[in-house]
Amino acid sequence: MASMEITQNINQSSAQNISTRLRRQTRIGENLIQGFLFLCGMISIFTTIGIVFELGKESLLFFSTPEVKLIEFFTTTTWQPSIGKFGVLPLVNSTLMTTIFAMLIALPLGLAAAIYLSEYASHKARSILKPILEILAGIPTVVYGYFALTFMTPLLRGIFGEDNVQIYNTLSAGLVMGIMILPLVSSMSEDALSAVPRSLRDAAYGLGATRLETAIKIVLPAALSGIIAAFIIGISRAIGETMIVAVAAGSGPAFTFNPFKGAETMTGYIARISGGDLAYDTPDYNSIFAIGLLLFGITLILNIVSRRLVAKYREVYE
Amino acid sequence: MISDPFAATEHNRVASGLSRRHRTGKIWQAIFFSATVIGLVALVALLWTVLDKSFSYVAIEYKVDPATLSSKPLQELTNAELVNLLEANLSKNRFRTLDRKQTLTERTHADLLTLIYDNIVEPRALASYSMSQWIASSQEIRAEVAEKYPDAKLEFRAWINGDFLIDPLSGDPLLVGVRTALMGSLFLILITIAVAFPVGVGSAIYLEEYADKNKWYNRIIQTNIDNLAGVPSIVYGILGLAIFVRTLAPLTSGALFGNADANGRTILSAGLTMALLILPVLIINSQEAIRAVPNSLRQASYGLGATKWQTIWNHVLPQALPGILTGTILAVSRAIGETAPLIIVGAATFITSDPTGPFSKFTALPIQIYNWTTRPQEVYRNIAAAGILVLLISLLTLNAAAILLRNRFSRQHA
Repeated sequence: MASMEITQNINQSSAQNISTRLRRQTRIGENLIQGFLFLCGMISIFTTIGIVFELGKESLLFFSTPEVKLIEFFTTTTWQPSIGKFGVLPLVNSTLMTTIFAMLIALPLGLAAAIYLSEYASHKARSILKPILEILAGIPTVVYGYFALTFMTPLLRGIFGEDNVQIYNTLSAGLVMGIMILPLVSSMSEDALSAVPRSLRDAAYGLGATRLETAIKIVLPAALSGIIAAFIIGISRAIGETMIVAVAAGSGPAFTFNPFKGAETMTGYIARISGGDLAYDTPDYNSIFAIGLLLFGITLILNIVSRRLVAKYREVYE
Repeated sequence: MISDPFAATEHNRVASGLSRRHRTGKIWQAIFFSATVIGLVALVALLWTVLDKSFSYVAIEYKVDPATLSSKPLQELTNAELVNLLEANLSKNRFRTLDRKQTLTERTHADLLTLIYDNIVEPRALASYSMSQWIASSQEIRAEVAEKYPDAKLEFRAWINGDFLIDPLSGDPLLVGVRTALMGSLFLILITIAVAFPVGVGSAIYLEEYADKNKWYNRIIQTNIDNLAGVPSIVYGILGLAIFVRTLAPLTSGALFGNADANGRTILSAGLTMALLILPVLIINSQEAIRAVPNSLRQASYGLGATKWQTIWNHVLPQALPGILTGTILAVSRAIGETAPLIIVGAATFITSDPTGPFSKFTALPIQIYNWTTRPQEVYRNIAAAGILVLLISLLTLNAAAILLRNRFSRQHA
């Protein structure tokens, strides 16, 4: 009896010992691992810092060269670095034009496809149509560039006449870009539409609304912030898209509003200039950083706005 | 009963309004449906264009017609017969130079065939007509070729074939292949995965398992990753040019490791740039996979006395792995097709030797597709189409693997 109590006592005290020891023990390995993982997380911060720092630094160098003046950069309409004319407007203008054409395709079609998939499609139709849109989203952009040049441009030239449409033109690039962005807009819009609770639809049906009226007057307004977010992401993607415009929109900056003429976009310019062996610290080299910074700024603002809007509808319905 | 005329008209009005509303509904449903189908039409048009251009009739002009060289097709001749052919058709000097480079009798069959084509047959592609053009107007094409290129022969050619896959790049459109570009893409992707996978999964583990969401710096990391995912790929290219190609040139060119050719435009720079590019997507996908692991698993592990890292390593990660791998494959397939950053970082457009290590100059499949597409001659459109087919087939294979993985994963948990 007595001996058993003793062993019990010993057991209790040793258990206590172990637990206090375990609690006190600093686990170097565990801390090292946590530190390493934290560093991994920090790499994304370093990336952002790197982008802002490098783009900023080289842009400063660019604007400090005597030929370049900040006001002229944003207001004049000739971009010809070889004769010292640095007006970014032609590049911005053609970026806007291709973006607008892309959006004319991607927004209405993307939204209509989203409404169809979320409000009308049977399970079977969805299971066929959604993967097709996903395949479209996974095709590399250089392939779309090829498609623009060998399919869309001949098509446009056939419709509007070979004399009116140049081989390289912003319309063809913009339209194909619209096809590329369509799946992005439709899948984001569909997410927003599906997040609208069933009860809203049921209430509308109960009041005698048809399916179309429910979709347009009830579900669409309720999902509006998410849909606008999809639009904005689409625009941001169109502005940053490079390969389609590099292949099909023409090389050589031109300040034109004619969609049948070639005009180089901001991204197309960067791709062309850096395509050759670019010498460091020349105005050419620095200019791609200035334009890159402009591009980064625009897309970043659009992305932030879009994410805010998505967070808004998530807050309401989830 | 007195009939109520007012009620009747009211009913009629509602009924006619109802049928009108239903009609509008039907029309719009058709519109919505056709918008969805336009996506399908675009996909079909794209694939059709590429396939149509990968097969064509080419007008080829030979210096010496291969049919006159021997009675049998050249491929069926033995090595000795091929050497005899070379000797008979080349000047003595030329033959001796070739022999001195590498003894002719010791060369492979394929090598000898290439020599004969390069030095004796010398085919030149003058014009190319895609399958659809040929089917629509083969008579006109025959007439046109006969008039414009009287010495040329029209031959059917499948641009995507075995030789196309194993031949190196070449200046001759009839001999060009994608091996160099494929090897470049492969090396590039290996470096990208080697860097992006551990860092990406590490970040995801940190953010999901360790980070206190209320701390400001953790919130900044998360927001930052979400924003980076939307940065255009060309901006990453510029970043790679400034940091990896230029600032870190001694490291990325291999100068520190005794590589004499100090130029940062190497496969390593491109791989690191690509790794930064796919990192945000990879992190977000991995986070989702880790988040999907039920919390009870972690609690059970803690309850048995495991430490945090033991729990993560032995329980959370194995559960999340299929999801993480699927996400990685999807991110990597984006990197394979990405072209813009490679142009900026300085992939070579013309290079015939395979990459040998991280410090080689290189080219990649999408770069070659871009390069071929921008050439004015029609034959290069055909080559580009064949290159696109190779690219799309590899992407399709990867994505199929990802889908299989996902399905297996979801069946386990069902």
